[in-house]
Amino acid sequence: MSIFPPKERVWWNEPIEKSEVLWVTLALVWALVMFFMMPYWHMTGNQNLSNEAYKIRPEVFAERTEAFAAKYTVREQGETGIPVVRPPAGSDVYMLGRMWEWWPVLELEKGQSYRLHLSSVDWQHGFSLQPENINLQIIPGYEMILTVTPTSSGEFSVVCNEFCGIGHHTMVGKIHVIEK
Amino acid sequence: MSDHKSTQGEGPVPLMQQLLDSPFLLLIIGVGMPTVIYIIWGIMEIVAIPVAP
Amino acid sequence: MAQFRTCPDTGFAIDLNADKLIKWNAVTAVVFLLVGGLFGLAVALTRWPAVHLLGADDFYLALTAHGFDVLLVWCIYFEMALLYFTSSILLKSRLALPKIAWAQYILMLVGAIMTNVAVLRGDSSVMFTSYVPMMAAPDFYLGIILFAVGALLGCVVFFATLYIAKRDNTYEGSMPLVTFGAMTAAIIAVFTILSGAVILVPTLFWSMGFIGSIDGLMYRVVWWAMGHSSQQVNVAAQIACWYAIAAILFNASPLSEKVSRTAFLFYILFLQLASAHHLLVDPGLSSEWKIFNTSYAMYLAVLGSMIHGLTVPGAVEAAQRKRGFNKGLFEWLRKAPWGNPVFSGFALSLVLFGFLGGITGVMMGTEQLNIITHNTMYTPGHFHGTVVVGTTLAFMAMSYWLVPTLWQKELMFPGLAKWQPYLFGLGMGLASVFMMGAGTLGVPRRHWDISFADAAMVHEFPAAAYMMMGLNGIAALIGGVGGAIFILNMVGTVFFGKAKQPKAAAAEVPNIGGAATTYGSAGTMAVPGTFVLALVFLTAFVLYYFVNWKYLSDVWGLS
Ligand code: HEM
Ligand SMILES: [Cu+2]
Ligand SMILES: [Cu+2]
Repeated sequence: MSIFPPKERVWWNEPIEKSEVLWVTLALVWALVMFFMMPYWHMTGNQNLSNEAYKIRPEVFAERTEAFAAKYTVREQGETGIPVVRPPAGSDVYMLGRMWEWWPVLELEKGQSYRLHLSSVDWQHGFSLQPENINLQIIPGYEMILTVTPTSSGEFSVVCNEFCGIGHHTMVGKIHVIEK
Repeated sequence: MSDHKSTQGEGPVPLMQQLLDSPFLLLIIGVGMPTVIYIIWGIMEIVAIPVAP
Repeated sequence: MAQFRTCPDTGFAIDLNADKLIKWNAVTAVVFLLVGGLFGLAVALTRWPAVHLLGADDFYLALTAHGFDVLLVWCIYFEMALLYFTSSILLKSRLALPKIAWAQYILMLVGAIMTNVAVLRGDSSVMFTSYVPMMAAPDFYLGIILFAVGALLGCVVFFATLYIAKRDNTYEGSMPLVTFGAMTAAIIAVFTILSGAVILVPTLFWSMGFIGSIDGLMYRVVWWAMGHSSQQVNVAAQIACWYAIAAILFNASPLSEKVSRTAFLFYILFLQLASAHHLLVDPGLSSEWKIFNTSYAMYLAVLGSMIHGLTVPGAVEAAQRKRGFNKGLFEWLRKAPWGNPVFSGFALSLVLFGFLGGITGVMMGTEQLNIITHNTMYTPGHFHGTVVVGTTLAFMAMSYWLVPTLWQKELMFPGLAKWQPYLFGLGMGLASVFMMGAGTLGVPRRHWDISFADAAMVHEFPAAAYMMMGLNGIAALIGGVGGAIFILNMVGTVFFGKAKQPKAAAAEVPNIGGAATTYGSAGTMAVPGTFVLALVFLTAFVLYYFVNWKYLSDVWGLS
């Protein structure tokens, strides 16, 4: 019984029942399938994080984002005063998280790729692109870079899904994707 | 069960069983493995992140 | 000199120190389950959009308190009781270092209260993860540190007891499997606590102004070595409870000592690596590090869990078949004592943990699949499937045996107890499913208002998301009633229960001390019923896993 010591002094050599052996084998095969799915998706799948990242001082990241916005702003998002920035396809694109906004609003073209730079200038934030449901952890002091290719068009929201203080639930940004 | 008893319960204790019977050895392994593979490797990765150009 | 009493139900010699310590730790655990559970209910009712109970401040405060009180305090206090039970009582040894054990109890209590006070004061609503650079008051961190030091002392007592039991030959051969499982939990706990110290002590100094800053990514890597590993302590402890309950109710022996212990060895070696689950969409960590760690080195710890998933019910099946329940595949299961909360709690814990907690955890712990679940409601949905309907329910089932046995009292409300595991398991199981459903629709976790009423820009979640959050609230109420009945029953039994009549007790619980025991399935029973159930599980696992790859393949290209 499991709450008493094994009856035999040496239990390691006891034979194992067939169905147990079979199950362990099946489970091991499944474990290996799941393991190799990850490198396999890196080779063939379209959704992988590059893990390209840099250490960066928040002021520097804010400066670069502002310079980027100054260059490509096309209008304002409604009454919010937040610029809508339309960078050329294939270029470097910046978005920063701060209490409590994602700044600036981006306008991208469907089917084009962009190098998206993300960071925070204060606390940790959660970049959650809706309704796509792409979620990334944004940490101050680190710049995360990934190449995104929008495959659908319309208005997308960036919700913050890491608790970032009392205004956390008001932190929403936007990405517009237009058809060429 | 009893029909196996005569051959199973005797003889020297196999190495793997000895390992499983050694709490302190397991403790060292169980703390050491994740310290090296998860923490130390992880910290090395963070330290190696370059500064933004 | 240690003093012993003999347990009238089981025949075990019980060290009086261990007896007292187990009781105090278990009762304290239940009290914190009550406190934390109430916070949980308040949180769930706030996230029910039509109810929206608390204001934003109070919501984030309650959520911080909920996470800390249930995840850390309830689970770890109960685990301390289990450590003392599985070492001192199961090994028939005196408890080593009783004074240190009392220090464990007191330090954990002081720490738990200190952190709760800091949170309730309102200046430390940083969530129990307390990611830097958001700062809590120093006593928030100090409380957690004291709590952790206490838990470490508990582990010291456990290992010291293993040592003296072996030295004094209180048992022969290898330690019982249940003790081995508890030892697995204790080993993981030591790593957990040391990691916690490495990160929380500097964070404490930082909050006191002695250190300029703490790196956010470094914090996350080391913090999760504690935060996730503590969940693995829960898993190991819960599986030890499963084996114990199978033995207590059915005189079940493990199918194979070798296989079950090797499965625990996989835990010792690999389980803690999965702390990387939380960092899969973090910047700067390489895919090599992420893949190797998140997969517990090629999913060997998942292999361990799948083995336990077969061998625990398999042990029950073998024992039942030996008793003559041999008809067809499932007579052994149909004729199980479904009205006994020890059994129903155990069975539900096993099934729900596997299907709700296990499958989803492995799915979302896959490097790329984490992109579509990270920090959405899917995450709390997943871990209410592990730590609530898995661990908490297993601990409840264990309590239904342990409390009447140790205190020698009749359960206060046996009629209610019959229903309790079903209520709690069903309620929290559904809550877990609805949270995951909401997460699939993108609903963020830790979020006060998904209608964004005060926000400059608004995102409109689909109506189905609101419905999921509402259903979650209803399910949480059902689960809450289940939790309340458990607490009522335990507190009632301990303080007001009738003394046990030895005869009646013996009829309910087999006299485990005296029963003839055999071990090993070798040459005995095949377990076809369990094997079929295991195949059903594997099928669900494979389907669910690949469905999520399909979901992932539909989102924007990322590279
Ligand atoms: C009556 C029982 C319970 C209810 C109604 C409940 C409900 C909830 C809800 C709705 C959330 C919120 C998710 C969010 O907004 O992000 C949550 C979070 C959480 N729950 Fe529970 N829960 C219960 C019991 C438990 C138990 C027993 C445990 C652990 C043993 C637990 C552990 C947690 C943790 C760790 C969190 C995350 C806190 C955070 O995000 O910081 N819960 N719970
Ligand atoms: Cu934020
Ligand atoms: Cu936020």
